[in-house]
Amino acid sequence: MSDNLQPRGSDDTSFAQPLYTPIKRRSFFMYAGATAGASALVLAGCSKDSNNATPSLPAGNSVTSSGAISLGSGDVGVLNFAYALEQLEADFYSKVAALPSGILTGSEYTYFQEVAKHEAIHRDFFKAALTRDASGQVLRGLNPKYPAATFTDRTNILATAKAFEDLGVAAYNGAGKLIKTPAYLVIAGQIVSVEARHAAYIRELVTPGSFAADDIVNATSGLDDQKSPTDVIAIAQNFITEKLDASTVGK
Amino acid sequence: MNFFNIIDLLAEADPDVLDRFSSRRAVFNSLGTVAQRTALATSPLFLGALFQKAYAGTASLPTDILNYALTLELLEADFYRQFLAAGQIPAGADFNAITVIKNHEDVHVAYLRTAIIAAGGTPVSGTATTGIRFNPSLLPATYADQLKYAQVLEDTGVRAYKGRAAELIGTDLLTPVLQIHSIEARHAAHIRTMRGQQPWVSLGDDLATDARFQAAYTSGVASSTKTAIALGGTTYGIPAYNPAQPSPAESNQQQGAAGTKLAVLITTGIGSTTYLADDAAAAFDEPLQAAEVLDSSRAGGLLA
Repeated sequence: MSDNLQPRGSDDTSFAQPLYTPIKRRSFFMYAGATAGASALVLAGCSKDSNNATPSLPAGNSVTSSGAISLGSGDVGVLNFAYALEQLEADFYSKVAALPSGILTGSEYTYFQEVAKHEAIHRDFFKAALTRDASGQVLRGLNPKYPAATFTDRTNILATAKAFEDLGVAAYNGAGKLIKTPAYLVIAGQIVSVEARHAAYIRELVTPGSFAADDIVNATSGLDDQKSPTDVIAIAQNFITEKLDASTVGK
Repeated sequence: MNFFNIIDLLAEADPDVLDRFSSRRAVFNSLGTVAQRTALATSPLFLGALFQKAYAGTASLPTDILNYALTLELLEADFYRQFLAAGQIPAGADFNAITVIKNHEDVHVAYLRTAIIAAGGTPVSGTATTGIRFNPSLLPATYADQLKYAQVLEDTGVRAYKGRAAELIGTDLLTPVLQIHSIEARHAAHIRTMRGQQPWVSLGDDLATDARFQAAYTSGVASSTKTAIALGGTTYGIPAYNPAQPSPAESNQQQGAAGTKLAVLITTGIGSTTYLADDAAAAFDEPLQAAEVLDSSRAGGLLA
C-alpha cells in the first residue's frame, strides 16, 4: 500500500467549510492536527515498505505508482507545491548571482543578487512553515537541472528568469482556490505579488514595454495568467531532476 | 432531505435569507463535485455550516467585496484619465506604459461591473464628474509628482486585494480577484522602476518618509471607521475595523502566523541563513484591511 500512499491533508474539513467566511481557525487546526497525527501513524505502519521502495527518500515523501514524488494533498500539497517552485527559483537565482562579471551588466547583477535573497527567503520560509505545520510531510530538497547554455549568456539568463517568474505568478494564481486555510491564502498572496513585481521588472529587461503585455495579460478582462498545479509542474519538471506528482494538490 | 425546502421555509420567516446566501444557485455551485453535493446536501454538518455562515452577521457578501474592488479600480482609472489629460507624461516609453496601465484599469472596471451584476448586486459607479473619482484638486502639476500618486495607488491596490481574498475562499470569484491582484503588482513594480525606485516595497523607498504618501506603507486608521460604505450610487458592507489588530506595516519582518501558530522572524528564524531586514521586508507584501484602505490617510482621502 505504501507505493501510492500520499501525505494526507485535511479533505474532511471542506465539508464544514463555510461559503464566504474563514472557517474557525482553532477548530481547523484541531482537525488538521488530528488528521496529520493519524496519517503519521499510517506512515509509520508502512515505513518498511516505503523504505524498500524508495530508500533515498526522507520521511514524508511518498512515491506514486509511476515513480513520482507526490506533493501531497490538501493545503499541505499546496504548500509543498509552492516549496518546490521556490526551491527551483532560489537555486536558479543563486547560480546567476554567483556568475563571474561580464555576462550581465552591473545593475543586472545587483538585481539578480537581490532577487536571489527574496527567493531564498521564500524557499526557507515554506520549509519552516511545513516543518511547523506538517512535520513529516515536507517535500525533500530537489535537484534542479538546466539546459546546457542557461548560464553562459545574458539572453538565456533573462529568458529563464522571465519564464520562471511568469510561471510562478500563474502557479500561485491557479493554486489559490485550492487553499482552505485563510492564513495560507494570505501568505500566498503576500508572495505572489512580489513574484509579479519580479516578473514585471525582468520582462522590461527582456523587452522594454512588456511589464504587463498582452502575451501574459488577457487584454479584454485585464486578468493575469493562472495555471493548475499539474500544468505548472509539467513545465517546471523540465528543470527538476526528481519526477513530481501534483495531481492531489489541494484535494 | 431537500435543503431548498428548508431555505424556502426560512424565507417565510426571514425574507432576506436568500440575500444572505447570495443565491440558491451560488450556494449549490460552490459545493464542488456532484458527489459532494449529493452527500453534503443531506448532511446536517453542511447545513449547520451554511446557516452559521449566513447568519454570522460579520461577513460581507461577495458582491460587497467586488464593489470594494470596483471602488479602487474606478479611483485608479479616473486618476490615470486625469494623469494622461494633464499632458505632462513624456512621449514614448513613459506615455505608452501609463496608457497600458490605464487600459487595464478600465477593463478591470468593466470586468468587476459585469461580475457584480451577474451576482445580483448593484455596482458602484463613477464618471469624470460624478460618483467615485480621483479628487482633481490633488493632481500635482509635475510629472514626477503625478507618478508618486500612481505608485501609491498601485501599491495600495496590491495590499487591498490581499486583505480580502480570504473572504472569497470557496467561491469562483477568488481566482479572478487573484488574477487582478497580480496585475496591480506588475503595475506597481513598473511605476516604481519609472521613478527610479526598487520594483518591490523597500525600507529605503523615498515615499516611506514622505508625509503625503507614507501612510500607504504603514497601517492603522486616522479617522473613524464605518462598516457600510455609501459611494457611487450604492452602499456596500466592509468588515469592522479591529483597532487591536491593525495590518502589518510593509516593513514587517515576521510572517506565517496561522491559527495558534506564531509568526516566524524571517531575518533569523527560518533556517541557518541570516537575512537582512530589507530583504525580509521586501520578500513579502502586506495586506490592508478594507477600513484601512478606505481611511482618509489612504485611498479614502483621494476620492473627490
